[in-house]
Amino acid sequence: MHDITIKINGTEHKATVESRLLLVHLIREQLAMTGTHIGCDTTSCGACTVLIDGKSAKSCTILAVQADGKEITTVEGIATAEGLHPIQEGFKENHALQCGFCTPGMMLRAIELLEKNNNPSEDEIRWGISGNLCRCTGYNNIVKAIQYAGAKLRGEETPSTEPEFV
Amino acid sequence: MIPESFGYSAPSSLIDAYALLEQHGDDAKILAGGHSLIPMMKLRFASPTHLIDINKIPNLSYIKEEDGYLKIGAMTREVDLEESEVIRHKYPIFTDASKLIADPQVRNFGTIGGNIAHGDAANDHPAVMLALGAEVVISSAAGDRTVGIDDFFFGFYTTAVQHGEILTEIRIPSLGPRTGSAYHKLERKVGDYATAGVAVVIGLNEDGSCSKVGIGLTNVNPTPIRAARSEQILLGTTMSESDVAQAAQYAAEDCSPSDDLRGSVEFKKDMIRVITKRMINKAIQRTKL
Repeated sequence: MHDITIKINGTEHKATVESRLLLVHLIREQLAMTGTHIGCDTTSCGACTVLIDGKSAKSCTILAVQADGKEITTVEGIATAEGLHPIQEGFKENHALQCGFCTPGMMLRAIELLEKNNNPSEDEIRWGISGNLCRCTGYNNIVKAIQYAGAKLRGEETPSTEPEFV
Repeated sequence: MIPESFGYSAPSSLIDAYALLEQHGDDAKILAGGHSLIPMMKLRFASPTHLIDINKIPNLSYIKEEDGYLKIGAMTREVDLEESEVIRHKYPIFTDASKLIADPQVRNFGTIGGNIAHGDAANDHPAVMLALGAEVVISSAAGDRTVGIDDFFFGFYTTAVQHGEILTEIRIPSLGPRTGSAYHKLERKVGDYATAGVAVVIGLNEDGSCSKVGIGLTNVNPTPIRAARSEQILLGTTMSESDVAQAAQYAAEDCSPSDDLRGSVEFKKDMIRVITKRMINKAIQRTKL
């Protein structure tokens, strides 16, 4: 067993974990934050994506013990007292979710993408979310949501939010 | 899915890592990026009794040009290769390959050293290394030794890295002027292993004839394979359309893919022919950049 300390969404958590405990299980089961989802459990779908020291990571493929001393952001930690994070607003305004299962991972991935480049082309967005699967939306509105958040982060007027139904 | 129980250590130096390898014996595994190993452990394809996590060891992640080599630290992440300016300008074959390896989250963690040390012919870096004529630095308590890439891959998941040793650096002989490189793989979807992949490095003499050529193939053989006959036929020629077509034909004939969900043997061989031709032409084009 290993004693670890992890900062999640700004709050320090101490836990005693087995080597084989996956980070996603620590977050969901021991710390009871269920916004991070388990989809495929085989590093394909991206539903379990969180940020580890700002880098998007599939938490089903990282051991909890590897996250010792790291700062983690989950979907529970992205809104502030002032309101929704721009990416959350983008998803809301653009009808970028239907069942919502992929949404937390999709948004965390988009946050890192926009952190590196807040004005990505459509092609860069599609490559950028290529590790996140959505089986409902057909992705078009997700791309628009990310473009919306990018515009907001650049301090520009947000694009019109006529959602595309496919 | 949860892996079988195992012990875990995260040493802060290579010396400590060698001692742990010694202590835990053959069933200990090195944990680098973990994005091949942990999925295999979850599926119980691998059940090491102890993991030695080398992520806390400093100075294993770098990209530098030194002593006539491009030197890449074993713990350099795929994302660092993808975003490196030196690599984008001088070694675009890495940028081609990095973009096609798994997906962005996996590239945040996956390392070049792990990709090679895993010894999987389905991984992309082995073919790239064959094309570049890389050398691999293997370190242990006894010191460092260097192995040429052609002597590195022994068989399925087995390499020249012996027990007690750790792959620490990749050395690529600097590409001179008038060289070009390119990589492409056919994949069914993002994150899939290659149906077929080809890495090509071409160097030109001043008169435009071929002074240097390296061609490596991905996932069409039990071990990563060099297309030796294709290289031989191009060397010294002007690489006319018929020379390139013949080289591509040899690559298809000399590989041994298996029949699986990604395609039949005939299909994969033909894809090797097509991609080899395209990558030779792309590498030639890039010699002019």
